[in-house]
Amino acid sequence: MMRVFWAELSRDLLLAFRHKGDFLNPLIFFLMVAVLFPLGVSPAADFLAQIAPGVLWVSALLATLLSLDNLFKSDFDDGTLEQLLLSPESTYMIALAKACAHWITTGLPLALMAPLLAVMLFLPAQAIVTLVISLLIGTATLSLVGAIASALTVGLKKGGVLISLLVIPLYIPVLIFGASAVQSAVDGLPVTAYLAILGAMFALSLVLAPFAIAASLRVSVSS
Amino acid sequence: MAVLLLEVKDLYCERDDKVLFENLSFQLQQGTVLHLGGSNGSGKTSLLRILCGLYHDYEGQIEFFGQKIDDELAYYHSSLLYFGHQVSVKLGLTALENLTWYARIQPQLDASLISKALTEVGLAGYEQVLCQNLSAGQRRRVNLARLYMQKTTDVSHSLWILDEPFTAIDKQGVAALEQHISAFSASGGTVILTTHQQLELNSKIQRLNLDDWGTK
Repeated sequence: MMRVFWAELSRDLLLAFRHKGDFLNPLIFFLMVAVLFPLGVSPAADFLAQIAPGVLWVSALLATLLSLDNLFKSDFDDGTLEQLLLSPESTYMIALAKACAHWITTGLPLALMAPLLAVMLFLPAQAIVTLVISLLIGTATLSLVGAIASALTVGLKKGGVLISLLVIPLYIPVLIFGASAVQSAVDGLPVTAYLAILGAMFALSLVLAPFAIAASLRVSVSS
Repeated sequence: MAVLLLEVKDLYCERDDKVLFENLSFQLQQGTVLHLGGSNGSGKTSLLRILCGLYHDYEGQIEFFGQKIDDELAYYHSSLLYFGHQVSVKLGLTALENLTWYARIQPQLDASLISKALTEVGLAGYEQVLCQNLSAGQRRRVNLARLYMQKTTDVSHSLWILDEPFTAIDKQGVAALEQHISAFSASGGTVILTTHQQLELNSKIQRLNLDDWGTK
């Protein structure tokens, strides 16, 4: 069971590494938002510090959304997706590996890049650790939940718009608790409650999302 | 003593208001080759996808060794090799990487046979070339190399479903492939294939023309 997980994960990471453009796209988007925001609104330090938690979280969320379209697309187009579904191994593990690879190529680099952007937006230093932790947990949830919508729409010609519609309502709780955690850290309040709720959402999606992804893939391939 | 491998009962499928086939029933014994014929759009690919368990919009029953395929899907899939229309090869990976991945997700394939398989399909020396740099025929050959990686244990339980396996393959390649399919069926393996070419096999060929089973 783990063998198929590692096989799929290592293949996806290798492909992402060879096609760097695909996985740099969301990162550049994230960077652009943080760079353009002060130019468009106001470069005043105290104003930016106030909105930084929300801006960083919203842009991380949209960057993740941007990359969902391609999650299963190339596998669907070249027929390797149906070969994956013909594997006698567990499709749960395959779906989990796919979501995991997506997180490693988008969520993880976004979270690691966040401190740099936080400094650019004058986020107080005491909130940076919370920002990174909340993004690490939060983006993992976003990858798992987003993969369901991506799997459902992979067979459609213009699935991109539908993905956003399907996924935004499910992303809102993650955004609220993630941004609130960072805001609390800025205000010097305890953050463990917010992180615990983010963790709970992550645990729930980790257990349940792969089932939904696998079932959605079967539906998409069966058309 | 031929053993019944696959039994299809009263299969019915329609697509876009056209009945592809109805009351389609046939039996397939171990070691036979079923040549599926029919004009374009007669439902050959649909039937193959139904037989693989990939397409579910049908009525009727498909039994593998007396078990419905949906009840024992993991067992059925561990006996099955399917070749679809698409290349089913990742262009960003080398031939070797593609086949290693296949051997991991489909345990009926033996990873130690990869280099031998690549030699058999005429791709010796191309192991480390990215598939995007190979020609269309060579990409199909990478996928076809899976046929040479079939584990030799339990051949009599194996089923190959090949959708136009000879597309983009040259004459010598087709001949070698036909020979390999014959050898496979001689050792007890079962094959279902579609092709518009003349099949030259020295095994027991069963023919089914889908044009006779649907509405015109």
